[in-house]
Amino acid sequence: MLLIYCPYCEEERSELEFRGAGDAHIARPENIADITDEEFEEYFFLRQNPKGLIFERWRHIHGCGRFFNAARDTVSDRFYTTYKAGEPKPDISDILQSEQNKGAAK
Amino acid sequence: MRKYSVFAVAREALRGHKGWGPHWASPEPRKEYDAIIIGGGGHGLGAAYYLAKEHGITNVAVLEKGWIGGGNTGRNTTIIRSNYLYEESMDIYEHSLKLWENLSQDLNYNVMYSPRGVMMLSHNIHDQQSFKRHINANRLYGIDNEWLTPEQAKAYCPPLDIAKTARYPINGAALQRRGGTARHDAVAWGYARAASDRGVHIIQNCEVTGIRRDETGRVVGVDTNRGYIGAKKVGISAAGHSSVLMQMADVRVPLQSQPLQALVSEPLKPIFPCVVMSNSVHAYISQSDKGEFVIGAGTDQYNSYSQTGGLQIITHTLDAICELFPMFRRVKMMRQWGGIVDVTQDRSPIQGVTPVPGLYLNAGWGTGGFKATPGSAHLFAHLIAKGEPHRLAAGLTLERFRTGRLIDEAAAAAVAH
Repeated sequence: MLLIYCPYCEEERSELEFRGAGDAHIARPENIADITDEEFEEYFFLRQNPKGLIFERWRHIHGCGRFFNAARDTVSDRFYTTYKAGEPKPDISDILQSEQNKGAAK
Repeated sequence: MRKYSVFAVAREALRGHKGWGPHWASPEPRKEYDAIIIGGGGHGLGAAYYLAKEHGITNVAVLEKGWIGGGNTGRNTTIIRSNYLYEESMDIYEHSLKLWENLSQDLNYNVMYSPRGVMMLSHNIHDQQSFKRHINANRLYGIDNEWLTPEQAKAYCPPLDIAKTARYPINGAALQRRGGTARHDAVAWGYARAASDRGVHIIQNCEVTGIRRDETGRVVGVDTNRGYIGAKKVGISAAGHSSVLMQMADVRVPLQSQPLQALVSEPLKPIFPCVVMSNSVHAYISQSDKGEFVIGAGTDQYNSYSQTGGLQIITHTLDAICELFPMFRRVKMMRQWGGIVDVTQDRSPIQGVTPVPGLYLNAGWGTGGFKATPGSAHLFAHLIAKGEPHRLAAGLTLERFRTGRLIDEAAAAAVAH
């Protein structure tokens, strides 16, 4: 079971309190009635499904009830960070770099 | 290939079983093949076998990054049935079930297909209406499926608790008698042996790292950790890694990879006569010939390639199993594992051509690919050989996500997703 840090509650809680909500940073086209079938497929069905870093939405459904975003590794299932909805994608290389430096300092 | 028979067993018994030899050859890869299939599971090996047997294409390689049957073929709960709702689904799963019935004879390899019956429990009025709709659809299409009262269900599967006071009361069940199980490893090994015998190269520990195309965009071969291998036709049949491979050809596909867990108990004497599934409480169980209870759980809620899965998913399933079958409460669980399933949004598979000429895709079998193994393999071979889908798989195209002609088993499937 995952431990997930809710950026609103500022607490790490068990996965049981959360509901996964798929890929993050996918904007619904504003002119949804006008787009082509190809564009709709792209928006609605096609996903990167990465083996590695994924940006995804979670909802703290049995907590504050709010949506937030997370950066996670889909091979190790490790969360790099979580951040509030509406915030830009964080730069994961900075996080990895700072961890490497910490490792080197030890 | 040495034919397996009672005489072969007798002969080897007299010689101390020293003459069996390996099931399949392990050749060095050639420079070029007529067709390459990526993924050495049941679907991929089966497709290679049918390419050789039915289409006369024997210059074929199956590339497997791990070992044969080490992926989802060896990680599922071995359930076979064809009682789906929509015609597209019924077509392919029933085609598969018919092939299961003679597969051991066809391959000269005992896949231990056991039509012991698949019973799906109904717990409420919604289940009942849904199952009866399935039963009617199936029977109109020539597929066996029947409604049982709780007492009939109990008679078919005595360990079942049908008390009205049960935590999950049972108000009936749907039974497909031709459904059942097969030995999953034997399916992979049987196909591998029969394909190898017809000249197919089975190359293990060979991971594809790139898909090469010429200037017109046509497939010309694949890069692997054992070097470049040429092929005019490449079929992808790699379950949870299908989207990773498709991205090597710059094609995005509507697939999500998630862990699906299963577990087995300690072996017990034969007590459980059939397969029992329950949608509403999400549990399915059967007893293997070794005596272990084979139990399937649900998928995790997030994308992952970790082949593990969360503990809360299997405890939830075991809670339900213990309520349905109180006599199993003190059975110990022995092993747990996860497989990475590729799930489409309409929960139906994708088998068809791709935007890249010469590249064919067989994916999206999600949580139910094992039962489809022979049928899927048979039709995938047709697709690769002819370049266009077989009539029975014509609805499973990649384009359906653009045209909107989805096969919405997600809402209507007899199985919990």
